[in-house]
Amino acid sequence: MGQTLAEKILSAHTSDPVRPGEFAQVRVDVALANDVTAPIAIREFEKIGTGKVFNPDSVVLVPDHFAPNKDIKSAAQCAIMRNFARDQEISHYFEVGKMGIEHVLLPEQGLVLPGDVVVGADSHTCTYGALGAFSTGMGSTDIAVAMATGEIWMRVPETIRIVYTGVLQPWVGGKDLILYTIGKIGVSGALYKAIEFAGQAIDALSMAGRFTMANMAIEAGAKAGLFAFDDKTRTYVDQRATREYTPYAADEDADYAATIEIDASLIKPQVAFPYLPENTRPVSEAGNIPIDQVVIGSCTNGRVEDLRVAAGILRGKAVHASVRCIILPGSQQVYLDALREGLIEDFITAGAAVSTPTCGPCLGGHMGVLAAGERAASTTNRNFRGRMGHPESEVYLVGPAVAAASAIAGRITRPQEVL
Amino acid sequence: MTIKGHVWKYGDNVDTDAIIPARYLNVSSTKDLAAHCMEDIDPAFAASVKKGDIIVAGENFGCGSSREHAPIAIKGAGISCVIASSYARIFYRNAINIGLPILESAQAVREAKKGHELEVQIEAGTIRNLTTGKTYRTAAYPKFMLAIINAGGLVGYTKARIEERRRG
Repeated sequence: MGQTLAEKILSAHTSDPVRPGEFAQVRVDVALANDVTAPIAIREFEKIGTGKVFNPDSVVLVPDHFAPNKDIKSAAQCAIMRNFARDQEISHYFEVGKMGIEHVLLPEQGLVLPGDVVVGADSHTCTYGALGAFSTGMGSTDIAVAMATGEIWMRVPETIRIVYTGVLQPWVGGKDLILYTIGKIGVSGALYKAIEFAGQAIDALSMAGRFTMANMAIEAGAKAGLFAFDDKTRTYVDQRATREYTPYAADEDADYAATIEIDASLIKPQVAFPYLPENTRPVSEAGNIPIDQVVIGSCTNGRVEDLRVAAGILRGKAVHASVRCIILPGSQQVYLDALREGLIEDFITAGAAVSTPTCGPCLGGHMGVLAAGERAASTTNRNFRGRMGHPESEVYLVGPAVAAASAIAGRITRPQEVL
Repeated sequence: MTIKGHVWKYGDNVDTDAIIPARYLNVSSTKDLAAHCMEDIDPAFAASVKKGDIIVAGENFGCGSSREHAPIAIKGAGISCVIASSYARIFYRNAINIGLPILESAQAVREAKKGHELEVQIEAGTIRNLTTGKTYRTAAYPKFMLAIINAGGLVGYTKARIEERRRG
């Protein structure tokens, strides 16, 4: 019996080939933490007693959640990470001014590559599956151990294959595909499993769209969400890679726990209602949902392709008088690209606020926290109770096209309604 | 290890923002995190939870973020054990890694009500509902995970592995 992509990559990082269900010590190529998770990882790392990290080039530390420091307590957390990075001579520590939202930044900088095993103390570490890497979120203690030893324990996951046939409708992107999928299989539909995304619609999807889909694999409970390596991956990676890499492919006769086929040509722009990402429906069936805030950005939709879609809709139009529209480019490079393309001018002229890169409002941290009773349409990845602020506020998850259209209309709506 | 405590009962998909809202993640001390545990779905929890109490919940407990602050807050609040129908995987490994006992039993969950008293034997994998008199059996931990649990968590396990390697 052949191996799935996940089994292939993991087998290349263990002492013996692995099968689903087995526990294994897996070598890691990159270990990642941020300003929220690193302080605990550092505390646990110090208890292990190796003194030094296994390889200062393989650890990546990014202050992005509550950075630029939102308050004194956050400043203290960021300082713990900064001092550790200095003491350990970590090559890839990204200070404010160079940093981005970690899952936009690492692929952009060529730090995560096809065939890698990447572990991060952040649940959206699964984003790098778009590159054909096995990447997964873990806790701080896991990352402490990975930093100390270069290895971590894993249970090898079974794989679900999801095949998207057909050609996408206008204004439908990676976000709509993944929201639709989570609506179909549920927030625990891929629990403990890896997902392989495949099919005609996936082959045609941009790298940005693939990052968005892989990013939200965790919202279906998955350990990883992987894409096959193809010419698009090669083009993206070859201009950025900081080291050699080995792409892997699933075997023809790989054994999948399940195969799900989705006719992607039938999928319309989607919205996920509070308080779970599985509460999806087409935007055309959303009814009248007035909104107070729109957030465009995050590790899910903070790439320049996303901003291009949003700016294309906002250009020459005005953000609704009762809406605060906040744009968060995913990295300094994304910001610069957007600036050079004139997208930032489009946003500001339309009455949107443009922020330095940060996770900020996605997790109710800063830069756009909601009051009781307020609603946001957001291109982020979670709409749990209290996620963006007050427990009585609401987040509706959408793609960048629907977010931009909704900012103009003052309620959740399709791009066709405002163009 | 035998655990005895009263039940705090919750539903399906209790997410990590419910266990510890992100607005409190600007600190990492156990005491500060425990003070806000379950705040948005059960404001009474942190103030009235008793040492040894048990959280009982439905499917996909701990879904969402990778924040280890979630099991740390639960353990810090005095909870001795979590019993759920199923767990989100990062929460599951975080709990094992920091030495918070967790068990899976959909039936025990279905039949437990808030305030019931449970007696749990971790190694044997048995849950006794002392209020109803019913006993439930859960799947035993895989050997690999039991080794982590017996080492007091992943740090202890890793230190022992490093020591073993050093000795060759």
